[in-house]
Amino acid sequence: MRRVGATLSLSVMGVPVLPGQEAQQVHQAVAEDYAAQLGPYSPLALTAHEFATLGALADRIIPADGRSPGALEAGAARFIDFLCAARAELRDIITGGLAWLNHEMRRRYEGKDFLNATLEQQTEMLDLIAFDKNHSPELNPGIRFFQWARRLVADAYYTSPIGIQELGYVGNSAMPEFQVPREAVEFARKRTP
Amino acid sequence: MLQIARSRPVFDVVVIGSGAGGGTAVKVLTDRGLDVALLEAGPMLNPSTDFKEHLMPYQVDHRGAGPHAELYFGQQAQALGYFAAPNGNWSIPGEPYTVARGSRFQWFRSRILGGRTNHWGRISLRFSDYDFQPEDGLTDPWPVTYAEMSPWYDKAEGFMGVTGTREGLRTAPDGNFLPPIAPRVHEILFQAACRKLNIPCIPSRMAVLTKPLNGRAACHYCGQCDRGCRTASAFTSSQAMIFPAMASGRLTVFTGAMARELVADSSGSVTAVSYVEKASRTEKQIRCRAVVVAASACETARLLLNSKSSQFPNGIANSSGEVGRRLTDTVGYGLSAFVPALANLPRHNSDGIKGMHVYVPWWLYGDRQKDFPRGYHIEIGGGFQLPELGSFTEQCADYQGYGKALKDRIREEYGAFISLGGRGEMISNANSYCEIDPQAVDSWGIPVLRFHFAWSDHEFRQVRHMEQTFASIVETMGGKIATPQPPPPSAISVGGMIIHESGTARMGRDPKTSVLNEYCQAHDVKNLFIADAAPFVTQPDKNVTLSIVAFAWRASEYLAEEMRKGNV
Repeated sequence: MRRVGATLSLSVMGVPVLPGQEAQQVHQAVAEDYAAQLGPYSPLALTAHEFATLGALADRIIPADGRSPGALEAGAARFIDFLCAARAELRDIITGGLAWLNHEMRRRYEGKDFLNATLEQQTEMLDLIAFDKNHSPELNPGIRFFQWARRLVADAYYTSPIGIQELGYVGNSAMPEFQVPREAVEFARKRTP
Repeated sequence: MLQIARSRPVFDVVVIGSGAGGGTAVKVLTDRGLDVALLEAGPMLNPSTDFKEHLMPYQVDHRGAGPHAELYFGQQAQALGYFAAPNGNWSIPGEPYTVARGSRFQWFRSRILGGRTNHWGRISLRFSDYDFQPEDGLTDPWPVTYAEMSPWYDKAEGFMGVTGTREGLRTAPDGNFLPPIAPRVHEILFQAACRKLNIPCIPSRMAVLTKPLNGRAACHYCGQCDRGCRTASAFTSSQAMIFPAMASGRLTVFTGAMARELVADSSGSVTAVSYVEKASRTEKQIRCRAVVVAASACETARLLLNSKSSQFPNGIANSSGEVGRRLTDTVGYGLSAFVPALANLPRHNSDGIKGMHVYVPWWLYGDRQKDFPRGYHIEIGGGFQLPELGSFTEQCADYQGYGKALKDRIREEYGAFISLGGRGEMISNANSYCEIDPQAVDSWGIPVLRFHFAWSDHEFRQVRHMEQTFASIVETMGGKIATPQPPPPSAISVGGMIIHESGTARMGRDPKTSVLNEYCQAHDVKNLFIADAAPFVTQPDKNVTLSIVAFAWRASEYLAEEMRKGNV
C-alpha cells in the first residue's frame, strides 16, 4: 500500500507526473498487494459461520473466472462485515437473510446448509431468490435479502483493487495532456450505425 | 489613545459569503487596497485534508459509505457524496426552511470557505446579447447590455481560465479561451450523431486550466474535479481568490459566522453587520463603511428581509417589495442510454477533466416552430468512471441473476452508458419566490425562509422538446434509453435541485420594480451591494457562475471607486 500511496500522492506544485501507461501497472500492483494482505481475519459483526456463508455466497454472486478473481478473494465478505459492524440495521438485514437462507437450504436439502450443500443445490436455491419475478410469500424474504446481497457484493467487489482491475479502470492518475487512443475511436466508429 | 482602545475596528467593506461572488469581491477590493472582512458561515477550507480527489475507494475503510453506512439508508451528510469536495446539502441539521403547500423546492446550501465553487461543474458560459435584452417581451430587460458586460466577462475568464474554441455562435458568445480538451470516444460518437441531426456540438467551456495561469498549475487530467483539486487547476474562489487575498494582509476572515442582520443608521446607510458566532452561539457585530452581500441568492434575500427597521419595515433595501421574488432555478431533465457501439470498448484512460469535453449550445434561437420560449443547452456524460459504491446498483437491479453472466455483462457494458442532461431557461413567474416564514427560526434564532415554487407550461413544453431531442440523438447513435421515462410533468427536475437559484434581488432601472441598479448597488441603500445571482433579471440557459464573477467584479470596482471618491 505504501508503494502505491507514494506513487499516487501529488504535491501542490511541482507535481511528479505519472504517465498514463504506468497507471495500469500501478493498479495491478495494488491489486496484488491487497490480495497478499488478506491474511487471517476475525469478523467484527458476524459469527464465523455467518462470515463463511457470506463469503461463499459472495463468490457465487461474482465468481472467479479466467480473467479475474471473484468476490471472496477480493475481500467482499470482509467489507460487508465491516459495514455490519458500523450499522446494526445493516447487520440485521445480513444476519437475518443468511439465517433465512440456511433454514431454507436445510429444509430443502435434508439438513444441509448453504456451505454444506452441493454446487447444484446452491444454484437451485439462488436461481429462485435472484429474480424478482419469482416473488411469492414463501420466497419474498429471500428475494429481498438477495437484492441487498447482490448490491453489497457488487459494491464491495468493484471498489476493491481486484474489481477495479477486472473492469479495467486505469484512471485517477496524472497525464500531461489528454488524448484518447485512435484504436478506441475506430473500434466504436465501426460499430456505430 | 483612549479612543482607539475603546472603539472597535471599522472595516472598509464586509463581504458576506465566500463563493464565486464573495470571492470576487474579496479579490477586487483587497487588490484595490481596501480592508475587507469576510464572513463565512462554514469552516475554513484546508485542501490538503478536505480534498480527497486522488483517493481510491478502498483507501478509506468505509469506501464512501460513511462511518455508519449512511449511504445505504439515504442519510449521507454531504449530498454529493463522501468523496466529493466539501459540499453541503439540501437538508442541514439546525437550518431548516419551509415549503408552502402545493409547492416543491429543495434548497441547497454549501457551508465552507469557497462555497459551491469547491464542488461546482466548472461550466462557464457567457450570457448572450438577447439574454440581456430579450426580444420576446416575456421578462424585463436587464439594465446592461452584452457590449457593456463583455469586458467584465473578459476579466472573469482571464482570471479564472476557461477552455474553449471561438465558434461565432450567437447562443454561445466567444471569449478568451485556453486550449480546449480533446473529446472522449463517446463524445466523438455524440458529436457525429449531432452533426447528422444538424445540432451543433462544440468544445465545452470549462473553468479548468489547460495551461498554467497566475501560479496555478495546469490540469493533470485525473478526472476528479468534483472531489477537489489540490493543484487549483479547477477553479475555486477559495484557492484562486481568497487565499491570495489573505496573504495580502488586507483580508480578515471570520469563519463559523452566520450573518444575522444588516444594521443601518437613521440615514439608511449600513453601519454594521451583526452575525452569530456559531462556536459560542453569541451575536457579534462588525462595523463597516459598506457591505457586499454574496450569501447565495436566497440566503441573501433572507438576510435583507430579516433586516427590518422603521425605515425598512419590509426589510432593508426592499422599498420595491421585490426582495425574494422572481426566484428561478435551471430547468433540468436527464436520461442515460446504453450505446452498443461502446460495448467492450478497448480500455484506456478516459478521465480528462470531470465533466463534458463537448456540449451542445442552444441551436433554435428565433425558430418559429418551437412551442416554448428561450432554450436550453445539452450536457453529456460517460466514459470509464472511477468505480464507487453504487456504480452498478441499477444495472444489478435491472439484470437480476448472479454469477459469471452478471460479471461478464457488467464488464462488457462498462463505459457503454452515456448520460444526457438538458439545462434550460425558466421564465420567472409570480408564483415562485421566497419569503420569511411567519413562525420558524433556525438553531441560531434566525427566521427561516418559506419557499413558493412552480414551473409553468413554458418549462413543461421545453422538457418535452428535450425528451424528443434526446431520443433522436440516442437513436442516431444506435443506442437505447436506459432510464425509465416518467411522463411530463414528472420528468422535470424538482426546483432547487440544479442548484442555480437566481433573481431574488433583481437589478433594474426603476427603483419601484427592482432592488439594485446596474452596479448591483441597492437603490435604497448606497453602501449595500449584492454579488451573487440574486441580482440576475433572468436566468438564461447558461450556468450562472461565470456571470456572477463578471457582475461581482464590475460591482466591486464600482464600489471601490465610489469609496475612493467619497460617494459611499
